[in-house]
Amino acid sequence: MKYPAGPAPVLPDRFAGRPVISPTCTGGACAGCGDLCPSGALQPQMIEGKASLRIDTGKCLFCRACENACPNAAVKFSGEYRLAAASREDLLVGSGSEAFAPALVERARKVFGRSLKLRQVSAGGCNACEADCNVLGTPAWDMGRFGISFVASPRHADALLITGPVTANMRLALLKTYQALAEPRIVIAVGACAISGGAYAGHDEVCGGASEVVPVDLFIPGCPPHPLTILDGLLRLIGRGDLA
Amino acid sequence: MNANPLLRIRNGECFDASGVPLVSIDDLRETILTQVESGARIASFFGTDLGRDGGKTAATPPERVRLICVLAFDNRSELGVIAADAERAYPSLTPDCPQAHWFEREIFEQWGVEPIGHPWLKPIRFSPARSCSVAESVSVVPAPAPDCFHMQGEEVHEVAVGPVHAGVIEPGHFRFQCLGETVYHLEISLGYQHRGIERALVARPGPRTRHYIETLAGDTTVGHMLAYCRAMESLTSTHVPPRAQAIRGIAAELERLANHVGDLGALAGDVGFLPTQNYCGRLRGDLLNLTAAICGNRFGRGLIRPGGVAWDLDHERADAMLALLEAVEKDVRSAVELMFEAPSVLARFEGTGAVSAETAEQIGLVGPAARACGLERDVRFNHAYGIYRFATLPVATWHSGDCFARAYVRWQEIQRSFEFVRDQLRALPAGAPANEPGAAATGKMVVTLVEGWRGEICHAMATDAQGRIAAYKVVDPSFHNWFGLAMALRDQQISDFPLCNKSFNLSYCGHDL
Ligand code: SF4
Ligand code: SF4
Repeated sequence: MKYPAGPAPVLPDRFAGRPVISPTCTGGACAGCGDLCPSGALQPQMIEGKASLRIDTGKCLFCRACENACPNAAVKFSGEYRLAAASREDLLVGSGSEAFAPALVERARKVFGRSLKLRQVSAGGCNACEADCNVLGTPAWDMGRFGISFVASPRHADALLITGPVTANMRLALLKTYQALAEPRIVIAVGACAISGGAYAGHDEVCGGASEVVPVDLFIPGCPPHPLTILDGLLRLIGRGDLA
Repeated sequence: MNANPLLRIRNGECFDASGVPLVSIDDLRETILTQVESGARIASFFGTDLGRDGGKTAATPPERVRLICVLAFDNRSELGVIAADAERAYPSLTPDCPQAHWFEREIFEQWGVEPIGHPWLKPIRFSPARSCSVAESVSVVPAPAPDCFHMQGEEVHEVAVGPVHAGVIEPGHFRFQCLGETVYHLEISLGYQHRGIERALVARPGPRTRHYIETLAGDTTVGHMLAYCRAMESLTSTHVPPRAQAIRGIAAELERLANHVGDLGALAGDVGFLPTQNYCGRLRGDLLNLTAAICGNRFGRGLIRPGGVAWDLDHERADAMLALLEAVEKDVRSAVELMFEAPSVLARFEGTGAVSAETAEQIGLVGPAARACGLERDVRFNHAYGIYRFATLPVATWHSGDCFARAYVRWQEIQRSFEFVRDQLRALPAGAPANEPGAAATGKMVVTLVEGWRGEICHAMATDAQGRIAAYKVVDPSFHNWFGLAMALRDQQISDFPLCNKSFNLSYCGHDL
């Protein structure tokens, strides 16, 4: 795989990547699309006196229910795979504040830029996010070429990569794993579940995302995120490759 | 007692909830025991509060829980349903019928009805009981700390693993009782992935319903969606067009292919046979990408919908998929044959983690794990549905019940699934990809069985007087099979655990729900 020096792998034409909201959006006045959204990702807003919508990609399940319902074709899911961001506000697409994740601050980059060891904790998701993280270790993706790999012990890890909404039953194990990492440590939330609780937000059985338990440094949206989206996020974090 | 109190139905047939024979708890026990004795299986056994909602069924005092049992008669393609209202306790079935083991523990945990004399009565997922307010009980439920079985003795030691494991996998806790390297007993404690899906399914459908089903187990999105959609279609009398049936079949077999190929690669990895591990890792990805070619998502999210499929397959797309499929098939064949020809691999697979046919039958294994013990158990064949009523797939079995058998059954199934997908892609029926479902019938029930790649998926749904979901019970194949892994580990080397575990490759989230 030539990426990131060469072109990224071609994604299927029906892939749902970063949403785009066009100015034809009336803010939900026409189709009541807000009620269709399973996760509360579609949010009304006012920009310069005009009603429109924004999509919180940290909550979005990329199900296209809004796109399919819109009579004005105001919501479209593009093939753009780059979605990772460093703060929750940066995930609000259509709000004007969205931004891609910047590289870590210089000092941290010096520490992690050439070698980033990840301890993965699965905490109540559906295991699809885990599957797409695992894929990055296979020969085709081979994230080892960037010095990134999954390790068996939190003692060997620089970063915690969390998937799932953090169930009540996993809360303690997650906290203990976090505490076992040496400082400085990074926390990465992968998938709608880990960012916001996803499809299970509001359930009493879950905490509603990793940030409810530990501070998160990088958010990688999707349900699940495509492996390319995850890799892009990780590379952004360590400032590797020629990422636009 | 009535000689035959069961309501006999077919896989996916809609019936009146009030038509389910409501017998005494003693008669329920008696019926289950005699039927299982003569070859039936427990497909599902669960509690509901159906008796309380003042629907079509007789009113039940609030302290009672309606237990419903679904029995499967595989050689007659029939299901039998029976119900009884239980009060606080009843004599456990498990001592006479080990298949009931996990179900009775679940009923006890969810509904507080105690199976008296159950040999192993403890929570299976540490979920709050349905009878009390969830918010109250969550704060008092301790993090899962298994009160497990201990072996005593001077040289005995205990090994605890999890919930956080070494690899990128789901959480679960394993406790091994060992003497030297030999495992005498493995106790499996789950529940870490419990996120309350079954509870949240009640009183809907709504915008989240589809996502709940699609994420019951993310690697079985198509399998679980088929079970849900077939139930909805039955309740709404919706006809699924042949074209949709074919596309559903393609998606289901691609799901099986991706997972089986991935599993064979992982099994190779666990015995240090790197070529097959690496090849299969990539090929699994190619198969997931074939699903993504249909619907944009590698796991088939958003593809299956009540009434049919949400994405159509035109000629061009089908042809492009065919070309890819043939290339992948060739590579899979060479990667897998390489593994099965390697004596070093066979030496590790053969005889490891064997489960006898008798044990498999007793504990009610399903899917490839059951077929690897020689049991002819495959919903696609025994209770054929959808496309499988027209395109039959032979049941793949092997007799040795060990890791080799579980690998070899997968390999047979891979070959048949490739052939099936190829045939379907070549001859897609014309017509619409979906019909629009109407309103769900009220006061009805339906049970759907689907053969997921891990085995039998069973969804049971009942509607209330408004046509909303009054009860929803999901049985993932892992629910039947986790105990099989514990049995496979008996008298094995503890170092063989990863291999045995991978040979079952069970779902934590599908179990924990
Ligand atoms: S695609 Fe995202 S924003 Fe749109 S309805 Fe689905 S979850 Fe909501
Ligand atoms: S974010 Fe979506 S894909 Fe990931 S674990 Fe949660 S439900 Fe599964």
